[in-house]
Amino acid sequence: MQAHQRMLDPTPDGQHSGKSPLLRTIGLTKRYADFLANDCIDIEIWPREIHALLGENGAGKSTLVKAIYGLIQPSAGEIHWQGERIVLSGPSEARSRGIGMVFQHFSLFDNLTVAENVALGLDGKESFKDMSARLEQVSKTYGLPLDPRREVWQLSVGERQRIEIVRALMQDPKFLILDEPTAVLTPQEADQLFIVLERLKAEGRAILYISHKLEEVKRLCDTATILRGGRKVATCNPRLETAASLARMMVGGEVKEVKGASGRKTTLPRLAVNDLSLAPAEAHGVRLEHISFELKGGEILGIAGVAGNGQDELFAALSGERLSKDPGTVVIEGIAAGHLSITQRRKLGAAFVPEERLGHGTAPRMRLSENALLTGHAAGGMVHRGFIDTAATLRTVDRATETFDVRKAKRDPEAASLSGGNLQKFIVGREILRNPAVLVVSQPTWGVDAGAAAVIRQALLDLATAGAAVLVTSQDLDELAEIADRIAVMFHGKLSAPLSAREASREKLGLLMGGSSLEPKEVAHAAGA
Amino acid sequence: MQLVLEKRAERSGAIALVSPMIAIGLTIVTMVILFAILGKNPLLALHAYFIAPLTDGYSLQEIAVKATPLVMIAIGLSLCYLANAWNIGAEGQFLIGAVAGSWIAVKTQGTDAGAWVLPAMLVLAAAAGALYALIPAICKVKFGASEILTSLMLVYVAELFLDYLVRGPWRDPHGFNFPTTAEFDPVATVPLLIEGGRLHLGSIIALLVVAAAAILLGRSIKGFEIRVVGAAPRAARFGGFNANQLIILTFAVSGALAGLAGIIEVAGPVGHLQPGISPGYGFTAIIVAFLGRLNPLGILIAGLFLALTFIGGEQAQIAMKIPLDVTKVFQGILLFYVLACDSLILYRFKLVFPNRQVAHGAG
Repeated sequence: MQAHQRMLDPTPDGQHSGKSPLLRTIGLTKRYADFLANDCIDIEIWPREIHALLGENGAGKSTLVKAIYGLIQPSAGEIHWQGERIVLSGPSEARSRGIGMVFQHFSLFDNLTVAENVALGLDGKESFKDMSARLEQVSKTYGLPLDPRREVWQLSVGERQRIEIVRALMQDPKFLILDEPTAVLTPQEADQLFIVLERLKAEGRAILYISHKLEEVKRLCDTATILRGGRKVATCNPRLETAASLARMMVGGEVKEVKGASGRKTTLPRLAVNDLSLAPAEAHGVRLEHISFELKGGEILGIAGVAGNGQDELFAALSGERLSKDPGTVVIEGIAAGHLSITQRRKLGAAFVPEERLGHGTAPRMRLSENALLTGHAAGGMVHRGFIDTAATLRTVDRATETFDVRKAKRDPEAASLSGGNLQKFIVGREILRNPAVLVVSQPTWGVDAGAAAVIRQALLDLATAGAAVLVTSQDLDELAEIADRIAVMFHGKLSAPLSAREASREKLGLLMGGSSLEPKEVAHAAGA
Repeated sequence: MQLVLEKRAERSGAIALVSPMIAIGLTIVTMVILFAILGKNPLLALHAYFIAPLTDGYSLQEIAVKATPLVMIAIGLSLCYLANAWNIGAEGQFLIGAVAGSWIAVKTQGTDAGAWVLPAMLVLAAAAGALYALIPAICKVKFGASEILTSLMLVYVAELFLDYLVRGPWRDPHGFNFPTTAEFDPVATVPLLIEGGRLHLGSIIALLVVAAAAILLGRSIKGFEIRVVGAAPRAARFGGFNANQLIILTFAVSGALAGLAGIIEVAGPVGHLQPGISPGYGFTAIIVAFLGRLNPLGILIAGLFLALTFIGGEQAQIAMKIPLDVTKVFQGILLFYVLACDSLILYRFKLVFPNRQVAHGAG
């Protein structure tokens, strides 16, 4: 066993030493029912390599790494580790062999301390005290500062990710898998993470880096394997490719450009939020503090921010899922609506698209027509004297299908049977077809393939052009830059003053997302940096 | 090679219909084993349970009579269960309905009260059942108390209250000290459909309830609200539906139907109020609701089937000396299999051959 051997491979970048790769899959296949999630995938990971795994949502990236990490058994194919064929019984065997993984969704207990969380994830037999000391030491060594005694709920998302990374590093892995680690980070935090990853690579470890952010991959990774529809499309050196050529390989064609936002006329304010403060509804929720903004017809306001800074709470307050005591805090179409229910707000002309498609935006096991009724019953002509007009609900399904190219197996399937992108097109379509005066949409293209994302962004732009006020919450700064006229940032339940899209550079937004205020001095500093 | 449960992309409509049949089949197999262990001829026992009652007119009527309260209660319960509200106390609501309706019958006994008596009894019984069901519902909504526990505990309160009344204030003075009220007057009795038979007007009411529930759930926005709140609570809130309101509503409707079933049983087949008016209708109706897939038409069929087991159980006891409690065992096993077979609606069995060699290279 060479578990504690560092500097495994002293050869320079780009040259593979030794005879065999660290990890290799041969014809790896995973079948779910009638669906091939992975179809004969061959991949080689060498020591001292940051290997990108690129692909759209649903391309099979997660399935592949789950098989490599022992979370699922492949239906067919082989995994070779250090030249020897292995069949992993589970993640703990993967860890003991030197394979570590940091998941996109953290598995941490909010009410436990950092050290307690790490202890729960380790298989080792060392005492809690020794473990805490080692935790502090590992976190210092790699520039990932953590206080073992703090409880997780007090920590930012970036700090929570550090726990997961340190937990993986404490097992001294030869091979570390990271699943979209920068999705939850500010640009500055992402830069710090890259330094850590470079250092792990210099120590001779291999890293499999899952992402769909192409610029990031070009900057960081030595090799990229691109998956599409469960198959491997190519393995290439991302530094020799352009972002556009990588995107083509991912999507399998050109991605439609979203047409610009110019020529839109703004009219009167259609949505206004005045000094909205709201205590959290649940433990460890975020308190909304003094949020004010105004949104005119024809305008798209983007709200950026790291997840968990009050975006969900703001959505609930705007939609009426949570009511506010003071009616004047939320004004829709000039009418004080803070105390009105979501149905009453819909009747005023507002429409809402939540972040979670299944279980929040739709009832997963109900048909699309029933899900059309879910939000359409208020003001859609779908209900007459308490009885449902089934034909009208089906018409909405057909119109959404036609207008937004929703692909499905039959006319009226269950919501859960649609792919993420198609379901999102249906949900956005369902709301836009009601011609809303105000649309509040949260993470419109989260986990959606590039084609569907383009359709959705174009639909939002078209809606604004037609005179609606659109509020978009997103963690994807590129998306906001593409469609928003102004961008504000949420941090710890407070909303910054909106910046115009032109002045909202990634650096400025990143600082706001990290909690700095843009005092004139700091702006100058940021600009100079 | 291993057998795994695999999730289906979409719920299977065919299996939703077949699964109760599979459950009944498995139950019968289990019962055959049980009869054999008891030393009874399984074929004769099955004949006594399921065939004999269907061969004479009296038993057929009796099946409809027994199915009437089961179906009415189960329809109400299905509304609760669809809305994710767990009313386990229908037995208590049934008894309280019987008591409240009987109050009018007892008070008008021997007077020349007119035809208003029976309708008044029905209305009062439904109202009392609804109010009794609202106790656990309100405790749930206001204080977060588990409605499963509170509704179940209120069954015993209702049982003891009924017991007190028929042993004390309402006891028939000419009843030789038996704990029972006097026989109800004709104006306080549910009319028979066939002269000299057993079938009564209550069965028609049960059919109307089934039809009303089918329309409510299939066509109305209220029925849709009930289904969404149960299936996806967060989506229901997003749709603007109030889960607490629906808990109150479904409990009230379900209590009203149980109370109505209670007075129909007392003013119909029984004819007076006494302890033991229910062989556990309120609990058996839970099985009926699930066996019927929480669907009104399914509940009608399931109610008739469970009624058959009651009648068959009596016949098996008379003919073969099989204990009546075996009927309860049968019903319990049936519920067990129904719930187990339900997983087949969302999942399917599949044989898996791991690590099969596959030619690769199709990268």
